[in-house]
Amino acid sequence: MIPAVALVLGVVAGLFFEPTVPGALQPYLPIAVVAALDAVFGAVRAQLDGIFDDRVFVVSFVSNVLVAALVVFLGDQLGVGGQLSTGVVVVLGIRIFSNAAAIRRHLFRA
Amino acid sequence: MSRLKGLLRPKLRRVDLAVAMLLAVLGFAAAVQVRSTQDDEGVLASARQEDLVAILDGLSSRSARLRQEISTLTATRDRLSTGTDRDTAALAEARRRAQVLGILAGTVPARGPGVVLTLDDPEGKVGADLLLDALEELRDAGAEAVQVEGPVVEGEDGPVPSVRVVAATAFVDGDAGGIEVDGTLLRAPYRFTVIGDPATIAAAMAIPGGVTDTVEQRDGRTVVTRSENVAVTALRPLDRPRYARPTVEPEAD
Repeated sequence: MIPAVALVLGVVAGLFFEPTVPGALQPYLPIAVVAALDAVFGAVRAQLDGIFDDRVFVVSFVSNVLVAALVVFLGDQLGVGGQLSTGVVVVLGIRIFSNAAAIRRHLFRA
Repeated sequence: MSRLKGLLRPKLRRVDLAVAMLLAVLGFAAAVQVRSTQDDEGVLASARQEDLVAILDGLSSRSARLRQEISTLTATRDRLSTGTDRDTAALAEARRRAQVLGILAGTVPARGPGVVLTLDDPEGKVGADLLLDALEELRDAGAEAVQVEGPVVEGEDGPVPSVRVVAATAFVDGDAGGIEVDGTLLRAPYRFTVIGDPATIAAAMAIPGGVTDTVEQRDGRTVVTRSENVAVTALRPLDRPRYARPTVEPEAD
């Protein structure tokens, strides 16, 4: 319950304050969001499987975000930032889809 | 389902707070990102350097293309407008020539200063030769447009046979009196309507041995009336030459 409330609070705060994204962070923010989404879906799935662990979630969330940002940063340094961020989004999207499929099977037995 | 409820069940530990923090950060970041993507400036502002370079490249090549199109269209417009000017000038010149030639050929009515020469012949002694002489005198005196008609009776305004006099006009004595001018039989009294300098023409008529003299020798009578405005209204159809062809092509300008 608390995490869901926190998520809604974060969305409301983001809409309310309308902060501008610092220029240096602009390429990494969307990737970081997608990586965090992947971690959240993984956490929900683990909870349904009965193997959810808070620590694992925190570590995987933070490391997901950092690794995704690092990969895109490296890509930018190598001149293939656009392609690498596309690749990261594709991989994370596939993981989100497979996690969502597992969640669906748990909830609807189908 | 019980496991899902377990996820939602509140149990406050430090790790739970960390989880809540992370999710709040996620929501915040997602909202900010969505916000910045929605306005157009955000799209450009968050674009990568190489994307910006590509966009700028596309824009500059497109503007070069449009500039070229502008110059092409401008050149076409200039060409068309100067062409129109030339056509207009050529048309005006052609109209002017048609007017001048029409007066010469007798296909258009003319009006201007001139004289009206009335030539009565009660004795029937005035023949084609005298009318031809009179016409030659008129031409020598600078007549530009001439028509001849008859019989002209004072105080009668009915239609009178009239002929426009041109280069090819011929005078022939009629079989039963009168004079045939280009196939039209005219009878005395004749009237020449002449456009030209009135003083010169009137003087030319009056010289000794001239038209007036000759007509009086044949018991006729002439009246010359100068006028600042006479009208030559008789027309003749334009005959297309059957054999003669111009050897110079009409000028193309």
